Amino acid sequence: MAALRPGRRALSPPLCRALAGRGRRLAPERGAERRDAAPNRVSRFCPPRKSCHDWIGPPDKYSNLRPVHFYIPENESPLEQKLRELRQETQEWNQQFWANQNLTFRKEKEEFIHSRLKAKGLALRAESGQKATLNAEEMADFYKEFLSKNFQKHMYYNRDWYKRNFAITFFMGKVALERIWNKLRRKQKKISN
Amino acid sequence: MAASPHTLSSRLLTGWVGGCVWYLERRAIQESPHKFMHLFRNVNKRWFTFQHFNFLRRMYVTQLNRCLSQQVKPKPEPVASPFLEKTSSCQDKAEIYEMRPLPPQSLSLSRKPNEKELIELESASIIEGSIDVEEETKDEKQWKEMKLHMDDLPGILARLSKIKLTALVVSTTSAGFALAPGPFDWPCFLLTSVGTGLASCAANSINQFFEVPFDSNMNRTKNRPLVRGQISPLLAMSFATCCAVPGVALLTCGVNPLTGALGVFNIFLYTCCYTPLKRISIANTWVGAIVGAIPPVMGWTAATGSLDAGAFLLGGILYSWQFPHFNALSWGLREDYSRGGYCMMSVTNPGLCRRVALRHCLALIGLSTAAPVLDVTTWAFPVVSLPINLYISYLGFRFYVDADRKSSRRLFFCSLWHLPLLLLLMLTCKQPPGVTHDKGDPPS
Repeated sequence: MAALRPGRRALSPPLCRALAGRGRRLAPERGAERRDAAPNRVSRFCPPRKSCHDWIGPPDKYSNLRPVHFYIPENESPLEQKLRELRQETQEWNQQFWANQNLTFRKEKEEFIHSRLKAKGLALRAESGQKATLNAEEMADFYKEFLSKNFQKHMYYNRDWYKRNFAITFFMGKVALERIWNKLRRKQKKISN
Repeated sequence: MAASPHTLSSRLLTGWVGGCVWYLERRAIQESPHKFMHLFRNVNKRWFTFQHFNFLRRMYVTQLNRCLSQQVKPKPEPVASPFLEKTSSCQDKAEIYEMRPLPPQSLSLSRKPNEKELIELESASIIEGSIDVEEETKDEKQWKEMKLHMDDLPGILARLSKIKLTALVVSTTSAGFALAPGPFDWPCFLLTSVGTGLASCAANSINQFFEVPFDSNMNRTKNRPLVRGQISPLLAMSFATCCAVPGVALLTCGVNPLTGALGVFNIFLYTCCYTPLKRISIANTWVGAIVGAIPPVMGWTAATGSLDAGAFLLGGILYSWQFPHFNALSWGLREDYSRGGYCMMSVTNPGLCRRVALRHCLALIGLSTAAPVLDVTTWAFPVVSLPINLYISYLGFRFYVDADRKSSRRLFFCSLWHLPLLLLLMLTCKQPPGVTHDKGDPPS
């Protein structure tokens, strides 16, 4: 959520990028740590110094979710900090789940195609060099199986997602009210002065 | 408020209205370009384009959305972005400088061979480095500031509330109002339309609020405002509340409490039953069909104040129509549904999916025949509607037998023109006042 107060970025862009550059080198190690999880790519984006809003990026290659770079104002209240951390954590959790989901889907789809083609006695690549595929009706078995296999996983995810979504929206409301209240108080002080 | 994949059908329905408006508006634009008209023109341009049936046939729903996102009017670059670009170009220079330890003067031809090789190696690494930086800057250019610009807000809210689906819902409500017996009351009609429209906007916004990560993962829905971060969830919910409260109040106080109650019930059914149920069980399709059936019932109750047999008949027609429409559409989206965790008949039980579609195509014939029996229309209606009902049943049968993408698409596109035409025929064959059988209440 956009912050209403002007503030400065903690790091200047060149410094930020230099750190991110190092971060780039760190990324493969991080990825190795969570090998069963999807590769977690470090965002190298740094918003301009004058901006005091969040920034949203292009859809992630694996999870298709758009990453958000959260703005940290100078005088961030505890409530705002809580909201930001909740959003950050939810974003990571979401990215993790969907990247995993999509990669698993892709992998299992490939395996299914291979096994079916093998059963049919067909090569994986046709003479023209194009990848052999199955038609939609043959894939239907895979789609059904994949959906039922992941049903429980989705149930847990849905429940958690709804909870988090409501919590974030609720805190956003609280933060908005807090800001309005602070603004009114400052106005009152100005008037009384 | 009908099952979500009605986007294309709503565009077609409003297309012919939009087409006329587009033409008039285009003439106006040539005389006086206005900021609002410019936005309006873009919206109507899309409506008019979709009028062409062949164009529609080429554009399947997923492709349609892709095209739309490409047709978005190019926004002026936000103020921060030149700043960002300047920064990144500075960064380019900075990085290149880092990678070139030799001073620039060393690029003269009178070089020693090994230094020349060094230069070549360096230029190769510089090129690699600059490609990396190029990719990075390309990636960075796609980052957008999450700042709400007031002139974007109408467009964003229109997409949030699925304005074209809302237009379809309002038109089915209007059809219900017009088909109800009794004199046509214009103020009541307007209040009903506005109230239903607001309720539909609220329901659609809440639906999008719940479905952000799922929408991101499906081609058809990945350009929605909440997915793209154009609006915050708080604002989306506030907008939904600001639509729901006046909408329901308008229906309850301005029309009658029954219509208001149906409005609230439909919002609840769509947001709290249909939306979560999509990921739990295939029963969501039946619930969604009820959601689509309620608006014409609301139109009828707004006009008459009571739930007559005619209201149920109209609801029944809309209910039955949802199945060939949605089941045919869902046939081509099986991969997305499976990956996203959506429980749809087309994935879990393909045979049932096709059977149900065919069943309800045939039910439409039966319901059309029941219309004169219930004094909603004259006997001309089942006769004139038989050709289109038979045609959609034929396509339903083909879909049932062939079970392929081609037959599903044909059935889907047929359903898009079938409903408006059927409603139009009903309106033209409406039972004139004063002609009633023994049963049925006199018009209020």
